[in-house]
Amino acid sequence: MMPVLSLELILYTTALGLISIGLAGVVLSRHLFRMVLALVIAEAGANLMLVLAGYRWDAVAPILTTLGEHPPMVDPVPQAMVLTAIVIGVGIQALAVSILIRIRQRYGTLDRSQVAERMDAEIADSAGIPRDVSQESPLGERPLPSLPDSTVEIRGGHS
Amino acid sequence: MRNLTGLLFAGGLGFMLLAIASGLDFGAPPMLVGGAIQSAAPQETGATNLVTSVVLGYRGIDTLGELSILFAAAAAAGLVLGRRHTTAGTLTEGGFVLKHGGAMLFPLLMTIGFYIIFHGHLTPGGGFQGGVILAAAFFLPLLARPGARLHHGMLSVIEGFAGSSFILIGLAALSEGEAFLQPMLVQDTLGQLVSAGTLPLLYLAVGLKVGAELAGLLSHLAQTESEV
Repeated sequence: MMPVLSLELILYTTALGLISIGLAGVVLSRHLFRMVLALVIAEAGANLMLVLAGYRWDAVAPILTTLGEHPPMVDPVPQAMVLTAIVIGVGIQALAVSILIRIRQRYGTLDRSQVAERMDAEIADSAGIPRDVSQESPLGERPLPSLPDSTVEIRGGHS
Repeated sequence: MRNLTGLLFAGGLGFMLLAIASGLDFGAPPMLVGGAIQSAAPQETGATNLVTSVVLGYRGIDTLGELSILFAAAAAAGLVLGRRHTTAGTLTEGGFVLKHGGAMLFPLLMTIGFYIIFHGHLTPGGGFQGGVILAAAFFLPLLARPGARLHHGMLSVIEGFAGSSFILIGLAALSEGEAFLQPMLVQDTLGQLVSAGTLPLLYLAVGLKVGAELAGLLSHLAQTESEV
């Protein structure tokens, strides 16, 4: 008699759900700081998954409390790896936040597309070249005017 | 359209991982190394906290690599944020309770931080956890009194001393004819404060390094943030 919501299903769904939510946040969010937070959520899910990998039924924490015979203990290796992962995660978050602070100071916004736009414009400006435009972007009004002679080749005109 | 694609991606990935995980044998890990460590670790390292004996004994070089990653992240954050701090006089003064409460918490946080570091081989805790509490102890006065500064030169000295002593303990094991970072001086006093040989010394080095690094990082972030 297996209940529908068993313990392992709940635990696995929680861990993998956190990973999925975090990745969805990274893909969907337009604000850079929210991306960092989503990464933190995904990392929590990954850590939970690692700890679950070392779980053993009816086992205690891997710390000896009595000399001699001890009850079964969970696997200490995944726990040590999670300890490592948490500390490295903190370092990565601090680095990401400090880069975000610099971006905010430089461009005045943390919106992903706006930052990319301004960064692109600044690079093109400092290099003294025209902005690189997408080959798919429409040139202007419809019906479209004929392509300028200089860009006919790279845009695949006159084929 | 873009949102739909993202949702589909995340949902599909979650479903795939769940399908893979449902094939795992929950509660009975197939790895044999955990059981082997559990039976051998108390004699080989003398630590009752088996996670500590894994972190510092069996995977000591990993911990050294982790410390270097943390050091690299802290150094890179310091490089990105730069040294210009213009916080003087821009922030409002904290109240009486905030200032003196922060000052009173400092010795308590130091005590519990060092307690957790020194008992890392006996109870849950250790250098990383205690180091974070030490960093909080040094960061708290910065929050309570915005004009306060941390002595960054002193922090660098502590950090460098702790990091090099970690490596020196490893090299000492090497000079004794053992492997790098192999636990030495294991006494026959399992479960007491002075036990586990070099592991508490290594954890003390880790705790000081993590504490100094995080405190420097946090003060960097806090002082640069108010610059805008």
